[in-house]
Amino acid sequence: MATAARKAPAKSKSEGKSGLSAPKPAEFTKEEELAAYRHMLLIRRFEEKAGQLYGMGFIGGFCHLYIGQEAVVTGMKMALIDGDQMITAYRDHGHMLAMELSPRGVMAELTGRRGGLSRGKGGSMHMFSKEKHFYGGHGIVGAQVSLGTGLAFANRYRDNNNVSLTYFGDGAANQGQVYESFNMASLWKLPVIYIIENNRYAMGTSVSRSSAETNFSHRGASFKIPGIQVDGMDVRAVKSAGDQATEWCRAGNGPIILEMQTYRYRGHSMSDPAKYRSKEEVQKMRSEHDPIEQVKARLIEKKWATEDELKTIDKEVRDIVADAAEFAQNDAEPDPSELWTDIVL
Amino acid sequence: MPIEILMPALSPTMEEGNLSKWLKNEGDKVVAGDVIAEIETDKATMEVEAVDEGTLAKIVVPAGTEGVKVNAVIAVLAVEGEDTDKAGEGIGEEPAKAETAAPAPVAAKGEASAPVAAAPKTEVAADPDIPAGTEMVSTTVREALRDAMAEEMRRDGDVFVMGEEVAEYQGAYKITQGLLQEFGPRRVVDTPITEHGFAGVGVGAAMAGLKPIVEFMTFNFAMQAIDQIINSAAKTLYMSGGQMGAPIVFRGPNGAAARVAAQHSQCYAAWYSHIPGLKVVMPYTAADAKGLLKAAIRDPNPVIFLENEILYGQSFDVPKLDDFVLPIGKARIHKQGKDVTIVSFGIGMTYAVKAEAELRGMGIDAEIIDLRTVRPLDLDTIIASVKKTNRLIVVEEGFPQSSVGDHIANQVSQRAFDFLDAPVITIAGKDVPMPYAANLEKLALPNVGEVIEAVKAVTYR
Repeated sequence: MATAARKAPAKSKSEGKSGLSAPKPAEFTKEEELAAYRHMLLIRRFEEKAGQLYGMGFIGGFCHLYIGQEAVVTGMKMALIDGDQMITAYRDHGHMLAMELSPRGVMAELTGRRGGLSRGKGGSMHMFSKEKHFYGGHGIVGAQVSLGTGLAFANRYRDNNNVSLTYFGDGAANQGQVYESFNMASLWKLPVIYIIENNRYAMGTSVSRSSAETNFSHRGASFKIPGIQVDGMDVRAVKSAGDQATEWCRAGNGPIILEMQTYRYRGHSMSDPAKYRSKEEVQKMRSEHDPIEQVKARLIEKKWATEDELKTIDKEVRDIVADAAEFAQNDAEPDPSELWTDIVL
Repeated sequence: MPIEILMPALSPTMEEGNLSKWLKNEGDKVVAGDVIAEIETDKATMEVEAVDEGTLAKIVVPAGTEGVKVNAVIAVLAVEGEDTDKAGEGIGEEPAKAETAAPAPVAAKGEASAPVAAAPKTEVAADPDIPAGTEMVSTTVREALRDAMAEEMRRDGDVFVMGEEVAEYQGAYKITQGLLQEFGPRRVVDTPITEHGFAGVGVGAAMAGLKPIVEFMTFNFAMQAIDQIINSAAKTLYMSGGQMGAPIVFRGPNGAAARVAAQHSQCYAAWYSHIPGLKVVMPYTAADAKGLLKAAIRDPNPVIFLENEILYGQSFDVPKLDDFVLPIGKARIHKQGKDVTIVSFGIGMTYAVKAEAELRGMGIDAEIIDLRTVRPLDLDTIIASVKKTNRLIVVEEGFPQSSVGDHIANQVSQRAFDFLDAPVITIAGKDVPMPYAANLEKLALPNVGEVIEAVKAVTYR
């Protein structure tokens, strides 16, 4: 294979069949490291608080936490330009925060209050922001893949140089409409990045028990869509893969697949005791690959930040989350008249 | 014996066609597989191949003849050893003359292609949404739908049409004919056979602000896509607290055509009418098809637009107006009457209209309401009529349980019970999958006799 001659970059497990391989992790500046640290920490603390509020009964229904996967959305966001869209499934709080949706609005939606982003009518799995180009938040596994392909169709129709970031998991990767979408995206050269967040478990079913081809970067092979595997726990690797993929799409080459190898620390949802994997497996990922700890270690090592300076960031992030939680617990429920609004325009 | 070559049926609903061209002349030798003629149906131009070997003894129907009935003799083939001059003698001359006579009035011609009814003689009530004195042009439902799309695509660059065979093939049922030529492949998009996928792509494009018209080759195939229609298109506006909706039209033929059996013959009016967040339109006339499709394309909500293959070729008067748009959600009184109200929509109207003509002969003055839109339902118009006639029949082709008629009967019993002089009777398709055999299919569909019997029952005649 042509790629064999290339020197494999350190830490990346690359290559689809297109000759594309995972780029070397980006060299971050101090500012980029600090920004990545802050953004990932916000998602982590926000999700921990959401878990807590769920336990207290403030959040109902399903609640899927993103803890462990923060580097994926954070690194990809760093590769975007204004107008690029993002769409995902139901493990979506991290994506919303990455797209700069208001933490108050997200948390109040989780508690079903009138100040929520969907005025309390969407809940954890269904939030949107046209202004921030965030297209949800979808509860049907795989449906967002066709929708995200449609966002890319609109970009191509308008010839606007924007790219659709369409996220789905290793579980959704086995849905039929994913491949219907791959076919059309490749046929019409649509600017869409299919980001497969492989966190190893589709609910409780491990990848090896659900998928005949466990290398998800190869899933586009029948449609001539190149794919690369990316260390989704390293925000720099994600950023450089994001740069490469957005460039690929903006150059008119059509879709590309990024398999983000990541891990969720918590269960599938709040009610999942995660008996299908060992505590040791989780502990090993946390202690050796944690995306936030990796950035923190680099910041300290390079003397770009002291422990005290990082504590200041921690405090600021905690304050944002505390404010969001306070708002979300005290905001009023939707007015009963809201039952009948927003059904048709 | 000379072999008679007959006008072939080239689609399930074809009853006649135009013989556009002969590719062989009298006296030419013909072998099986030779293309001998071109025939134009309402959907496409098709080549006719010889199935036997011989000499083309006589062309019975000349090129350019319109309205040639299926199974009419169009030519005669002399087999080996036969005298070609004598082979054609006396064959097919009478029918050919009949077929080539002056074309029948357009309305009657249109009706003739419908297996359900002859031309309705009902004096159609004026639609208050059409200004009095407007010039009317006889137009098929097919042309009206195409014109509606073309007009809206000229008006708004965000409108595009996508679906299977909509572009180069000119539409599986010729509804998108000419659109590719006028608007190009960017706006008239052939999709792979992938309903679930392209429905989702359409909804995503709509969420991004475009205005897709998604054609399903039939709504039977849209069951593959129903998750995207309901979970993504219909619910997003609500789930987003009003921030983001899907301005999209899903359109295509719905319900039974002719002899296509259970999987291709289902009516989805009741299914989609169940869903908050959708609008469901099901026109009968060409004018309503045009005015309502234009409205549907402009509507900021997802609209299900249910057409019918049998109606495509039927002609109706369409107002000649630069921009004819009808309101969604408003029923039309097709014919005023005082003795009984017959409510129907889409192809169901053909039964109502034919029954009304016969009822008139029996001295019963029926009012016919064409719903046009199934959701939102114009109950006010129905109830106002029931308050006048005190009797209600609903006619539709869909399955009986949880039908549109059931819902109307329930609402009328709650809102106008004291005005009813008889129970509401709902007429629907039979509670069976659609059979293939011609006689069974006929039994499975509603019929005019059932409507007449129902009217007699509620008028105690």
